Amino acid sequence: MRRPAADASPDTGDAILFRPIVTTGPSFYLGATALLAVALWGLYAYTRQLRYGLGVTGLNRPVYWGFYITNFVFFVGISHAGTLISAILRLSKAEWRRPITRMAETITVLVLFFGLGSILMDLGRPERFYFVIPFFWYGHLTSPLIWDVLSIGTYLTASTIYLYVPLIPDLALVRDRITGWRKGFYRVLSLGWTGSPKQHRALEIAIGILAVLVIPIAVSVHTVVSWVFAMTIQPMWHSTIFGPYFVVGAIFSGIAALIIAMAIVRRVYHLEAYIKPVHFNYLGTLLLVMTLLWLYFTFAEYLTTYYGHEPKEMAVFWAKVNGPYRTVFWAMVLCDFIVPFVILANRKTRTVTGTVIASISVSIGMWLERFTIIIPTLINPRLDWPRGLYHPSWVEVSITAGFFAAFALLYMVFTKFFPMVSIWEVREGRERGIQDVQERLRGYLPDEVPAGGVSPAGEIHVIR
Amino acid sequence: MSADKTQPLWGMVIDLDRCTGCQACVVACKQENNVPFSSREEAAYGREISWIRVMAVTEGEFPKVKIRYMPLLCQQCDAPPCTRVCPTRATYKNPQGIVGQIYPRCIGCRYCANACPYQVKYFNWYNWSHFRWPAEMRESLNPDVSLRPKGVIEKCTFCHHRLQHAREQAAIEGRPVESTDFVPACVSSCPARAMVFGDLRDPESTVHKLAASPRAFRMLEDLGTEPKVVYLKEGEWNATTGG
Repeated sequence: MRRPAADASPDTGDAILFRPIVTTGPSFYLGATALLAVALWGLYAYTRQLRYGLGVTGLNRPVYWGFYITNFVFFVGISHAGTLISAILRLSKAEWRRPITRMAETITVLVLFFGLGSILMDLGRPERFYFVIPFFWYGHLTSPLIWDVLSIGTYLTASTIYLYVPLIPDLALVRDRITGWRKGFYRVLSLGWTGSPKQHRALEIAIGILAVLVIPIAVSVHTVVSWVFAMTIQPMWHSTIFGPYFVVGAIFSGIAALIIAMAIVRRVYHLEAYIKPVHFNYLGTLLLVMTLLWLYFTFAEYLTTYYGHEPKEMAVFWAKVNGPYRTVFWAMVLCDFIVPFVILANRKTRTVTGTVIASISVSIGMWLERFTIIIPTLINPRLDWPRGLYHPSWVEVSITAGFFAAFALLYMVFTKFFPMVSIWEVREGRERGIQDVQERLRGYLPDEVPAGGVSPAGEIHVIR
Repeated sequence: MSADKTQPLWGMVIDLDRCTGCQACVVACKQENNVPFSSREEAAYGREISWIRVMAVTEGEFPKVKIRYMPLLCQQCDAPPCTRVCPTRATYKNPQGIVGQIYPRCIGCRYCANACPYQVKYFNWYNWSHFRWPAEMRESLNPDVSLRPKGVIEKCTFCHHRLQHAREQAAIEGRPVESTDFVPACVSSCPARAMVFGDLRDPESTVHKLAASPRAFRMLEDLGTEPKVVYLKEGEWNATTGG
């Protein structure tokens, strides 16, 4: 590491990145109180459900799964924002990643709790949740739900470490400039980081290993979530395409969530100098690619069903396309394809505002997509009886609202404890990145071959 | 078929020609298994629990309408899609092929109910056993069958408690359990004798012989679930066949 080990003078650069941790204004408390109120209302709704049973929901036979499982799939999908995108950008040495990886990784870790929480909300006997642990309790390894438990558990662990490790140098920076009772908190968490070359080398190796590890774990997570549905023999669930289809949808909604989070953090903490339009432009381009991929998978899925024309599958197909759930279905197409495509395909509208609008649209659309995968199949079981419809109750709506509010609240609180832009990585970019990129670019270019056919390195080049 | 060939393989044959749709089996089942009551509104919303239901299949168009009746209970699959997906092994297939449900182990995720193509797994939406069970009906609860708490799945067990009695009786008499040792409540209550119960593996049993009938079929057979409830197809009794 070419950086001096420790500064003698106090570190005053990037002050704006530390400001949210040092000072907290009244608007924070106002926002937090509002979100807390919604979250507590959701909690109240849950106490009703605990007291009286799942009868207080709109679920029935045959619609045994509704909002909670939709939320589960949605939240786990959002979790792909972080770790996966951050890891891919790190490994591909995308220099523009530096200010945004932290925000992405934070989404992953926090939202996973709500994914797992959604399952808890859905259980008839939530106090028995630990029964699913294999080997120690009754966990049944042939059940895709157990695969979920194992996969999401691994992902939560890995992405928490992946969030924490790159945070260590920043925690040391905060430790060095903060005073008062909180100093001890950062002293413990920063693990005695001094910024020595040895520590930096260890950090880089750790990040490199983690970035490679989290990618297959992340892919497995949403594949396994899709298999909860695909492993049954129910019409339009039993599909081999579900694994990749869900992974694509997850990355799609994950990027959208990241863009929304970036825009909010940027605006609230005045980080325009760090999170620039170029970041929205690049992420917007990625989102555009995912929009098209999503359309491709959706088209492949529905065309195969329609062309095969198997009656049981067609009952579900028509329920979606031109039946009781057609509003949801076409709203999904609008939100997941038409709106983002129109905005993102045009460079002129791929601005901060444009990408945020597209992202909000995609987030709504992907929630509707999860809903439209789950419910229309359930209302059309193979046997003609029973037929049902699903009307979510106030309890389900309240718990869902509470979950979204609690997630936003946790994210807000997180920004008060940890810098949301990776300070050391931005500095590294300033100090080392430009030089590195130049060297790398030189490496990409063809070697300058002298007339004799011998490169500067002394190798003989044979023209094939 | 089940691995342990020394055990009886319990199965049922339902002759749709004999079924009158009287619902005696439904009432007998509810009474025998302490199946919770439901209100009209809850039933209309698909919350009713009824381990056996008599389904009406309407055929043809007015004025030539025909309604067929079909009792639908757990098909006691030999390759059950529900047991495979259960995360806690709360639903399982026992050595005699009966698909059971362990209520204290069920976490209420309802995955089995979604995986079942026959829709014959029922969820306890409320805490029936405490505040909804009519006081005057409490005396008639069957002491052999436990009440289910809220939040778990329940289903037809082929009156497993009756099998346990039969097993005890056979043990006292020092002989193996035989095909005719017990029948579930629905079978014993059927006035038209449309339902027959016994050991499908025993070549001498009535169920074995009836299951070989050319009229025999199994529900959604092509899914490979290998149901142990066999139906005998209804013959034509209308003017066209002169029957």
